[in-house]
Amino acid sequence: MNTDMKRRIFLKGSLATGALGIAAGAGLLVPQNVLAAWNKDAFTAKKAEDAIGALLGNAVTEASDAIQINAPEVAENGAVVPVTVTTTLAAESISILAADNPIPLTSTFVLGEGAEGFVATRIKMGKTSDVIAVVKAGGKLYSARRNVKVTVGGCGH
Amino acid sequence: MSNTIKVRAKSDGGVAEVKCLITHPMEQGNRKDKTTGQDIEPHFIQDVTIEINGKVVVSGAFSGAISKNPYLACRVKANPGDTLKVTWVDNKGDKDSVEDQVK
Repeated sequence: MNTDMKRRIFLKGSLATGALGIAAGAGLLVPQNVLAAWNKDAFTAKKAEDAIGALLGNAVTEASDAIQINAPEVAENGAVVPVTVTTTLAAESISILAADNPIPLTSTFVLGEGAEGFVATRIKMGKTSDVIAVVKAGGKLYSARRNVKVTVGGCGH
Repeated sequence: MSNTIKVRAKSDGGVAEVKCLITHPMEQGNRKDKTTGQDIEPHFIQDVTIEINGKVVVSGAFSGAISKNPYLACRVKANPGDTLKVTWVDNKGDKDSVEDQVK
């Protein structure tokens, strides 16, 4: 990621999070701890690729065996699907998407110094689809997919 | 708001698994109230941060597609006695945070 892009994202982040932006500007927050400021474009994108592009500046990801997704093969309740992402890559961030959700991006985690490549959470899935994990490492994007069959959808119920 | 976060972190060999359970409706905003037919407005956590000794180690952003009463776990470098702080902020500006020690 070049400096200009970083600057753009920083500006976007400051504007989006009012008080936080002011705190960062006043030096109250340590600058190396880049916050995962809530990215409206990424969290309203209707396609997984668009969400990845809006969030990470590039929609092209390379499939990687170094990312493991743990999720049930069949989820009886789409409202609560446990997902664990583990990676041996030097992850700067991990994002979890449900490809066929109305809004695919469920969450994104910026990992600071001292955080390992591991995130576990529970997501809602509207229907059977791939769960996609996108890991940013060394300025490149890597991804893994895993299909989860949903018997009862978790959106709108 | 207070006491919406339960957190546990146990250090083993310098790495702690931090587990958080947050009480929150995580309303996506695409449902209707079955009795009134009114849209239920979105109400979900947008930002979560985990700090060790005052330094942000994990910063997460959520959509409404994180399950009700969110669970979050991550692994961070931490030793017993380190201060752990978990904070969340939702789309209505509500927030809560909790401090605990790594065990």
